[in-house]
Amino acid sequence: MYSQALDQAPREREAPSASPRPEDSAREAAFLARVDAEEKIEPKDWMPEGYRHTLIRQISQHAHSEIVGMLPEGNWITRAPSLQRKAILIAKVQDEGGHGAYLYGAAETLGISREQLIDQLLAGKAKYSSIFNYPTPTWADVGAIGWLVDGAAIMNQIPLCRCSYGPYARAMVRICKEESFHQRQGYEIMLTLARGTAAQRRMAQEALDRWWWPALMMFGPSDADSAHTAQSVRWKIKRFTNDELRQKFVDFTVPQAQFLGLAVPDPELRWDDAAQHYRFGAIDWTEFQQVLRGNGPCNRERLQTRRRAHEDGRWVREAAAAYALKQRERSPAAA
Amino acid sequence: MSAARLAYVLRLADTNLILAQQLGALVGHAPSIEEDLGLANTALDVLGQARLLLSYAGELEGLGRDEDQLAFVRDPADYLNLALAEQPNGDFAHTIVRQFLIDAWQRELYEELQRSQDERLAAIAAKALKETRFHLRYSSGWVVRLGDGTPDSHGRMCAALDALWPFTAELFDADAVDQAMIDEAVAPDPALIAPRWRARVQAVLSEATLPMPEPARFGWYGKRGQHNEHFGHVLAELQFMQRAYPGARW
Amino acid sequence: MTEVWPLWEVFIRARSGLEHKHAGSVHATDARMALEHARDLYTRRDEGVSIWVVPSKEITASDPAEAEALFEPARDKVYRHPTFYQIPDEVKTL
Repeated sequence: MYSQALDQAPREREAPSASPRPEDSAREAAFLARVDAEEKIEPKDWMPEGYRHTLIRQISQHAHSEIVGMLPEGNWITRAPSLQRKAILIAKVQDEGGHGAYLYGAAETLGISREQLIDQLLAGKAKYSSIFNYPTPTWADVGAIGWLVDGAAIMNQIPLCRCSYGPYARAMVRICKEESFHQRQGYEIMLTLARGTAAQRRMAQEALDRWWWPALMMFGPSDADSAHTAQSVRWKIKRFTNDELRQKFVDFTVPQAQFLGLAVPDPELRWDDAAQHYRFGAIDWTEFQQVLRGNGPCNRERLQTRRRAHEDGRWVREAAAAYALKQRERSPAAA
Repeated sequence: MSAARLAYVLRLADTNLILAQQLGALVGHAPSIEEDLGLANTALDVLGQARLLLSYAGELEGLGRDEDQLAFVRDPADYLNLALAEQPNGDFAHTIVRQFLIDAWQRELYEELQRSQDERLAAIAAKALKETRFHLRYSSGWVVRLGDGTPDSHGRMCAALDALWPFTAELFDADAVDQAMIDEAVAPDPALIAPRWRARVQAVLSEATLPMPEPARFGWYGKRGQHNEHFGHVLAELQFMQRAYPGARW
Repeated sequence: MTEVWPLWEVFIRARSGLEHKHAGSVHATDARMALEHARDLYTRRDEGVSIWVVPSKEITASDPAEAEALFEPARDKVYRHPTFYQIPDEVKTL
């Protein structure tokens, strides 16, 4: 779901390929047989160009999302209201940086460099999860992000641990292990607020009001409007559809909100006993489209912040590379 | 319980607290993802040290204040951190030089503090020493790379050293609190630590092709509650939530 | 002026007695930095007692296209496995 944009644009075209050669068809059949048999595809294995291309985009979008995702929460490190919360938040944001590193690493096994990927992001040519284009004006937003955004992410990430591409699957296993505390700490923040003062309860409700619908949008467009799902499912890059995951998320999360004593901001939300699911209201996809297009509240700011960090850090990266070169020249055996 | 003991513990605690606060602001803005993780690692470690020391200080004080009440609700003059810790992050050169100078000091200090007559301090120092050894490794590696990297990085490192060196005088300028701790065999004489610190710093600066400045003659005394203007802003962010919502649990 | 940091592969021994396992990769300009980055990236949750880092370009990998020639011949030499041999139950410690 950090790769929502991948699925949503029917106008987006895959890299054009020449008409397939006969040996490619045989290889493709063998490749699909391996995928069907739940074998993992590893970096040097033959793979269809479309598979490679799709993976690079999905993995890199996921990586970009982690890196940009450090910003809305990093925003509250210096103002965390207790030392324990400060420590937890630093650890969480650190994890997110780490996840970005794992994922860029996985993408690099497919023949693209981290530099190229970062250049694409900073040039505004790459997508990342739209959820991080929303601001965190209050401390309760830190709780809401952990509870709802990480909650939604986990829903998508667990199936990805069984993705057909080995390095991505392994990165996801690592990420899922680390992610479980992220959601729990967010919910614990919400619980503390909900049980706190009137001002804290109001803060928590107000954050839920702002994050609920964007969290639902994280799962991407409705299956009917999602062009790439079928191919991704065939290649076992995507294991469940957008709507399936979104429904599961709603079913899990509504009782959690009820436990908090907070109201989900959806007047149409109701339990459908026959289906054993929550029915929920229509999502406003125009907001989603606008945010994806760059017109969300924080799009420009997020990219600008990342650009500035990258630019400000250039002299540091250059110095490290220059020092390493000097070391090699001084003593070829060392460095 | 002595006022001197409390002040001494607060000095160690607040230095770590303010350092953690400043480093925390950098996570997500470092020159590379790897440095985001490295700075976050240091921030978490020193924050952990601050918490242990603040809890201890609260017990010594005997007024029922816990780590948060001490961290978030004191007046500026009551914070006893080293002035070095409250110098602004600046560019990465400033951040690394500040870190290196403090790491080298903590490395020697904690080594000695492990033998303190104060068992609590000894235990905290033993744990902190392991963390500090990694911090020092990390920061001195960067001092060398940046000092001996490009002409630009070398220039920035010289500027950072220039700006921060004056605040090293405070590290070894013993006052009545330090003397009381020496007398009680709680803490080492700063005069014992000074040459070790100088030797270590000299070795790294030399490898970094950076000039070793003369010993700083006059410093500002954050450890006596004297703070700069930037400190006010650091506290404003640190304290905001607890001041805005007094008595709330988080 | 380059700012490119080469790729290194990271191997971690999780606990004493285990072998080093491939954990992933890091970007670094020298081995010391690679070790520190690997430590921060891969051992935050007490997951390592030893780290190896190797520049990725120094790794030689077997070619998947030759997998059949490299690995399948071993498959039919079952006499290499202890289970191939029938030893009467009365004979102990074999």
